[in-house]
Amino acid sequence: MHEYSLVQSLVGRVEAEARARGAVAVHRVVVSVGELSGVDPDLLETAYQTFRAGTGCERAELTIRRVEAGWACPACGRRLGRGAPLGCPECGRPAELPPGADEILLERIEMEVP
Amino acid sequence: MCTTCGCGDPEIVPVELHERILAGNDRAARHNREHFLAQGVLALNLMGSPGSGKTAILEATARAARERGWRLGAVSADLATDHDARRLEKAGIPARAITTGQACHLDAELVHRSLHDFPWRETDVFFIENVGNLVCPAIYDLGQAANVVVLSVAEGEDKPLKYPVMFKAADLVLLTKCDLLPHLEVDPARIEDALRRVMPRPALIRLSARTGDGLGRWIDWLAERRAALPRSTGAAHAHEHEHEHRGDGGHGHAHEAAAAPGAGPVPPGGGH
Repeated sequence: MHEYSLVQSLVGRVEAEARARGAVAVHRVVVSVGELSGVDPDLLETAYQTFRAGTGCERAELTIRRVEAGWACPACGRRLGRGAPLGCPECGRPAELPPGADEILLERIEMEVP
Repeated sequence: MCTTCGCGDPEIVPVELHERILAGNDRAARHNREHFLAQGVLALNLMGSPGSGKTAILEATARAARERGWRLGAVSADLATDHDARRLEKAGIPARAITTGQACHLDAELVHRSLHDFPWRETDVFFIENVGNLVCPAIYDLGQAANVVVLSVAEGEDKPLKYPVMFKAADLVLLTKCDLLPHLEVDPARIEDALRRVMPRPALIRLSARTGDGLGRWIDWLAERRAALPRSTGAAHAHEHEHEHRGDGGHGHAHEAAAAPGAGPVPPGGGH
């Protein structure tokens, strides 16, 4: 249940940004969640809904973009099948993930500036 | 103010950030890593299920390390009790408990705080025994040089497939309690096959803390990692300076780590 501590960091970061820009309200927070980020998008949503009351995100919608794992060979770009061993069948090179597939990122904040 | 038509409505401003939500933890982890590297300490994040044998591995490692003349140290995290730290002390490893309360994982700030009253600088290998959990600890960088995941043969052949995030983060998997294999219907080859599907650079050592089988390979792996530690070029800064613990992962002083994170390729110590 680390989603709650993540939401805490997220809300803190959004509040700081809103303060720095003199925003009067935050309307939307856009987050991307990689399939291998270790974060469950549904749990994150629940944690956000629970935690946002009384914070600067109280009226901000949360949009979650999901990023698929998509392992691929860094040399030839060949995509590996789901559940396949993580080496390129051609050259044997260890597969790599596309950007964001193992991360949880704060992508965008939409705020109201007077 | 809306500048398009002058209607007086406030303006919605999109702010593009594209930054890690764990950026605060990453900063604290970089800070820890810099300290470890400056002192030439090999710091390892030891993760695994409750009961997988993390503490037993360290007890067995203590015996082998004594022969090599290595000084070990450990912090040991659990939701409650200091049982593991006391076990390690008994085995001759200076150890401190980190009691996390409700938290299911360690973060870099908790580790940093635990370093303040612990003689970690006088160690060669420093173990951070994480909370027993195959989920949450995987995503928090603590400043370690490598992640070691402990998996016991009794946990099931498909554990790596069920917890891919944890095993993807592993630099080495220790397959423990191998002395139990004759009593179980478990094929270690199937565990290795599962690892190949979640770890791009699979590395596994089979061992038994009880019989000592395989411990030599683990000690060799530790020796290789010690030898591969990047030597710090900057002046080692003392750790006695004042810290402001603001609880947001930030620090009262800034010094970015120049050294690379410990995500380098695993030396060919794995396999079986």
